[in-house]
Amino acid sequence: MTPQSNTELLLSILVIAAATALTRFLPFWIFRAGRPVPPFIQRLQHLLPSAVIGLLVVYCLRNVHPLAGNHGLPELAALTAILLLHRWRQNTLLSIAGGTAVYMLLIQTLG
Amino acid sequence: MTASPAHPLPALRAAFPLTLPVMAGYLFLGIAYGVLMQHIGLGAGWTLLMSALIYAGSMQYLAVSLLAASFDPLSALLLTLAVNARHLFYGLSMLHTFAGLGRFRPYLIFALSDETFSILCAHTPPEGIDRGWFSFFVALLNQLYWILGSLCGAWAGHLLPFNTTGLDFALTAMFFVSFLNQCGKRDQRPSAAVGVGCSLLCLLLFGADRFIIPAMLLILAVFALEGRIRKGGAAS
Repeated sequence: MTPQSNTELLLSILVIAAATALTRFLPFWIFRAGRPVPPFIQRLQHLLPSAVIGLLVVYCLRNVHPLAGNHGLPELAALTAILLLHRWRQNTLLSIAGGTAVYMLLIQTLG
Repeated sequence: MTASPAHPLPALRAAFPLTLPVMAGYLFLGIAYGVLMQHIGLGAGWTLLMSALIYAGSMQYLAVSLLAASFDPLSALLLTLAVNARHLFYGLSMLHTFAGLGRFRPYLIFALSDETFSILCAHTPPEGIDRGWFSFFVALLNQLYWILGSLCGAWAGHLLPFNTTGLDFALTAMFFVSFLNQCGKRDQRPSAAVGVGCSLLCLLLFGADRFIIPAMLLILAVFALEGRIRKGGAAS
């Protein structure tokens, strides 16, 4: 259950919505079409997406403790399953669904 | 005979098949999202509001944990900017593509999700199809799938005939698959490694609750440094 009141929930959601819209609109405000984009930004355009995805993977796994509890075994097994499924079929949805199923099975049985 | 170029229906017909994989993915991830919202006691109204106004899948998943904690708008703001910073780069890539699309432009920018971006990057409309309507329908259909999926999760999640504990792993799985796809491109491997390396380092140094901003800064610093070294190497 959320501890936030309805007003607080609404404010939280509006902050997240405004910040998300800002990240989408900002480039179009700063760089009007036809104006040159600085070289460093152009390089970032190429480099950053992969790096951010790496960051997000780590973010999702941030609460895994290899030395405590279930030692992150469900996560490890699920990620391995995804790796193998993805090597085999290259089907994004199959890999996501398969890995999630493995994780759910293990977390519900191992706890 | 062919319809006039600005006619919307042929554009819808050209856009729809391209969005089918997104339909499957967004329905699945959207349902999981609606179920998670239910778990923290927020129903279809809140879910609809978020899917309509925010429309950023990974951020909405993370927002569930923000909304489940005590009110902290500053953290919400910073986390949103960090997680969605990649949009800046989608936008930069679309500056020219969206130029001249007039009335469609604001919505196209608002609804530029990862998946919409990848479709619009990879496909130009067939001959005789209006580019504005085509892009608009790709973006709109994708957002409708997301809204529909999340509403299904919110309304009918409790009817799912199985225990949904662990369903939130779908997000991790989604990012991991994107990561594998990026690593499949040889030229993307170094930056993917920089992303993981900097994040792990900052996770160890700053802990799980506050590592994301330092990690972003470290990644930018590594790329800036690498650019300087490359420049220096080219000059000498």
